[in-house]
Amino acid sequence: MIRLENVTKTFDSYMAVDNVSFEVPEGEICVLLGPSGCGKTTTMRMINRLTELSSGRILIGGRDIMEVGATELRRGIGYVIQQIGLFPNKTIEDNICTVPDLLGMDRKASRKRAHELLEMVALDPAVFAKRYPKQLSGGQQQRVGVIRALAADPPVLLMDEPFGAIDPINRAVIQDEFLKLQSALKKTVIFVSHDIDEAVKMASRIAIFKSGKLVQYDTPDNILAHPVDDFVADFVGGDRTLKRLQLVKVADAMQADPPRVLAETPVAEALALMQKHDHQSVVMTGPRGRARGLVRRAQLQGAQGMVGDHYERIPCTIQVDDTLRNAVSMMFSNDQTWLACVDQDGFYRGYLTQRGITHLLGATYRDA
Amino acid sequence: MMKGAHLANFSMQALRLAGYALIFLAGVWFHSSGALEAMGAYGEDIRYLTVQHLQLTAISGALAIVIGIPIGVLLARRSLGVLGPVVAQVVNLGTTIPTLAILALAMTVMGLGTPPAIFGLTVLTLLPIVLNTIAGIKSVPPALIDAARGMGMTAWQILWKVELPYALFVIFAGIRTALAINIGTVPLAFLIGGGGLGELIFTGIDLMEPGLLLAGAIPTAALAVAVDLIGAQAQYWLVPKGINPLR
Repeated sequence: MIRLENVTKTFDSYMAVDNVSFEVPEGEICVLLGPSGCGKTTTMRMINRLTELSSGRILIGGRDIMEVGATELRRGIGYVIQQIGLFPNKTIEDNICTVPDLLGMDRKASRKRAHELLEMVALDPAVFAKRYPKQLSGGQQQRVGVIRALAADPPVLLMDEPFGAIDPINRAVIQDEFLKLQSALKKTVIFVSHDIDEAVKMASRIAIFKSGKLVQYDTPDNILAHPVDDFVADFVGGDRTLKRLQLVKVADAMQADPPRVLAETPVAEALALMQKHDHQSVVMTGPRGRARGLVRRAQLQGAQGMVGDHYERIPCTIQVDDTLRNAVSMMFSNDQTWLACVDQDGFYRGYLTQRGITHLLGATYRDA
Repeated sequence: MMKGAHLANFSMQALRLAGYALIFLAGVWFHSSGALEAMGAYGEDIRYLTVQHLQLTAISGALAIVIGIPIGVLLARRSLGVLGPVVAQVVNLGTTIPTLAILALAMTVMGLGTPPAIFGLTVLTLLPIVLNTIAGIKSVPPALIDAARGMGMTAWQILWKVELPYALFVIFAGIRTALAINIGTVPLAFLIGGGGLGELIFTGIDLMEPGLLLAGAIPTAALAVAVDLIGAQAQYWLVPKGINPLR
């Protein structure tokens, strides 16, 4: 969708971007990552020609950006900046409709779209549409900044550290909102950031820059698991393996199809099952498979009757579509070495152990 | 916000009361000095000269606005490099030239009458407008321009839709200052045959007749206050809500 071929930018004798090539497939978020002055912002600004290329080519949807006029090109690309840049003299809805108005689109339709977009970022149009930017908080303004870039429905979005000036709590909320928008709208996004955590959270691909050069371009998991050199390894941080926890879903790390017992299961049978699997406890499910409780081997030794007479509550369960990061956090805060994994309806799907997690994270190193 | 508005309201009230007190005292003094009779006696002249006075202000003020804003916009261009600030500094120096000197220079070139008076007044009125336009446009945050460019506005659209609206409040302040200076300076136009209320003032001085002098001076002062009030109202209502600190 967006392809950079040997893109170079020199300011006088200084080489800001040095022979950079990469391609972002349609519908993906590519985060350009690196320390300040590494050329990531310049690279992004060359895509909508706010900075002109010195040499090389950039293609959007197969078309060379130099074939169209700069203003026409920019009207077809959403643009979001850290300083937000809402026009203070215009109402929120007029701000959102900036590009539709420039393109001479129907006013009624564009205002209607603006109201829909406001609702998508949880701002009530009845309250906010006629307000002025200064009447909004920073977080609210940046939500407007983002939907302003989407108003004319451009296929491509350029975002220059869009959430960098927002407090951490609000930032996480806006990031989640944006990911939700993105899953519905499927834009091709170039996202500049200097924050590795943000990059891991947002990116389908990460491009790491160092003094004008692209040093690594890969998926977040590969960047974290296999940094190409010390610079990348340092940049992604010593705790990079922990960061990977955020990228893996519980479902991918859990032991699926786990042994289970029913309330009517005799104690002896339950003990035999635990022995067979070498488990210290086993989950008791309801008749249709919902996780109901657990029984421990130590407690069943010498006991009589059925499992239903001896079970205890499961201390905590994790959803299968949650991330490993939350799972590990839950293990630590509840002092557990394993977690029962359930789906949205509460059905028991598997169990997750600390060994299972370390094994999964370690697998990619053993492969290499 | 509420508190600030309240405070502003309170100080406005205090100012207004002080104004009434002044007007009352002035009335007492006028009566005793005989200015009131003089103004009655010259009523016809005052009316005629006031209209002339306002015409001079209107023409020179309008010219200054029409010329001053584009010059300011031009001088504020970043593409001018160092030239912009240098020229702006020269314009700034212009404010130190005495009013009378400008009128005298205008007269030596253009002779006596209304045209040199209008020329001189225009030049004087120009300066605050140019300077405030430059200041206003320079105060536009670069990020705002970057956002506008990034969304595909042309340079012309950025000027009209972003820079000028943003600078409007400051430009209006410049226009108000300029018009106040203008009204107060028009009496000097009489010295080069330009007409206006200066005719009464200077004749009053020459004849040592305070009544006649005041018959010119008081309407001049009143005009200055009135024009500034109108300017303030225009500034309040014409500058869009989102960038108007008063609203």
